[in-house]
Amino acid sequence: MITRRRLVEHAGAVLAGFGAVRFAQAAVPGLSDALPSGTRSEATLEALPGKKPLIKLAYRPPNYETPIEYFRAPITPNDAFFVRYHLAGIPDANDKTIDPKSWRVEVGGEGANGQATLSLDDLKAMPSAEVVAVNQCSGNRRGLFQPHVPGVEWGFGAMGCARWKGVRLKDVLDKVGLKKEAIEIVLNGADGPVTDKTPDFVKSIPVWKATDEATLIAYEMNGAPLPHLNGAPARVIVPGWTGTYWMKHIVSIKPVTKPDTNFWMAAAYRIPVGKFPLVARFISQETAANTPITEMVVNSLITSHPDGASVKAGTVTVGGIAWDGGYGIRTVEISTDGGRSWKEATLGQDLGRFAFRAFSLAIPAQRGKLSVTARATNAIGQTQTAALIANPAGYHHNVMHTVTLNVG
Amino acid sequence: MRALTIAIVTAVLALPAFADEASIALKKAPGLDKVQANCGTCHSLDYIQMNSPFMSAATWDAEVTKMIKAYGAPISDADAAAIKEYLKANYGG
Repeated sequence: MITRRRLVEHAGAVLAGFGAVRFAQAAVPGLSDALPSGTRSEATLEALPGKKPLIKLAYRPPNYETPIEYFRAPITPNDAFFVRYHLAGIPDANDKTIDPKSWRVEVGGEGANGQATLSLDDLKAMPSAEVVAVNQCSGNRRGLFQPHVPGVEWGFGAMGCARWKGVRLKDVLDKVGLKKEAIEIVLNGADGPVTDKTPDFVKSIPVWKATDEATLIAYEMNGAPLPHLNGAPARVIVPGWTGTYWMKHIVSIKPVTKPDTNFWMAAAYRIPVGKFPLVARFISQETAANTPITEMVVNSLITSHPDGASVKAGTVTVGGIAWDGGYGIRTVEISTDGGRSWKEATLGQDLGRFAFRAFSLAIPAQRGKLSVTARATNAIGQTQTAALIANPAGYHHNVMHTVTLNVG
Repeated sequence: MRALTIAIVTAVLALPAFADEASIALKKAPGLDKVQANCGTCHSLDYIQMNSPFMSAATWDAEVTKMIKAYGAPISDADAAAIKEYLKANYGG
């Protein structure tokens, strides 16, 4: 959405705002050996403004993942929530396009009957809605693919779960009225490319998902305004679906009657047809060969202990979190014999079907190496894969997570 | 003017100019100047190290071509060739 002229207009303010800030760099403890060696050597632990130190994979556009220890609780703190941008044209927090006082979202287009321009106060005057939902990058765990595939080489932390508050997207769409031929809602944010020839990051979602009760425009995250680099002042929340659709800094919501054809829909974020056991379809964007990524696959992560941790012999309680595309977690099982036998873990508080679900289990630990594997199953019987499901862009990694404990 | 404008915009948008891109140390070898001048316009150069050393020569070629064709990077044919050679020689698998 951002244009070069607008950026240059705001150049002075941006430079003045950022000039003096410096942050310490530190090596990252406990990075997975499965990541590319180049990733392991360049990743650092660094704090962006307003953030705790996160795992820096790339400075510009910023791609920083959340260290695994923050996933010991089912809600991810705002200052530890991961940061992911495709393009480096990111307006400063004080830029008029995203300043809460001057920010506006335009709603309308050829698939709508009318047009509306809404301010943050306008949204806050509407009935509010809340959802606890996982925002996970489509490529989370890409760095663990074997063989490796190009892209941002994420470990486990390109995800987070927050309580989002805002308005239902369908209530906003009701203000303009959808034509009956409308099939997609095109979403654009205030951020954008650095050069005019780079396709702006624009995504669409099908009308059925846009008008779902749980799909929001959020202006609060865990009871606070959205952090700058998590989409301030308002972003789209698409519970169950991967983060690519959760447009940050939302400034344009455009109903359309024909499938959107921009690069980020037609070429990017696609998965091969038939490889993943998914229910949610995006029919207007499907081709014979591939389909847009939609809902998240069922997954879990052991967070109580880092891989290689030392524990005392006796009983050790292992735990972590599980999540899926919005059907809800039914069970999490633990195996200590490489998957030959499984024991059901105890599930923690249910924060809703789109949220992280905590799990824990006390297991006997004898001296030596103890391999602990977690496997989640959701309410419609989907479970995790034992063998990686290869795909060119490195999406939907849900291979069962294993940590090895050193029992002494 | 166009180049100057891009340079200004790059400086502005070096959002993590507050994080320290100067710490990125790519291998000193022929073609590094072309990498810095071209690739660095749109993204920090840690993307290169991050995607190494597993990328084959064909994959690096495809990646540079994608930057030009899909992302519209204004890179001359001569510079693109030098960038590809640098990446394959220094960050290939």
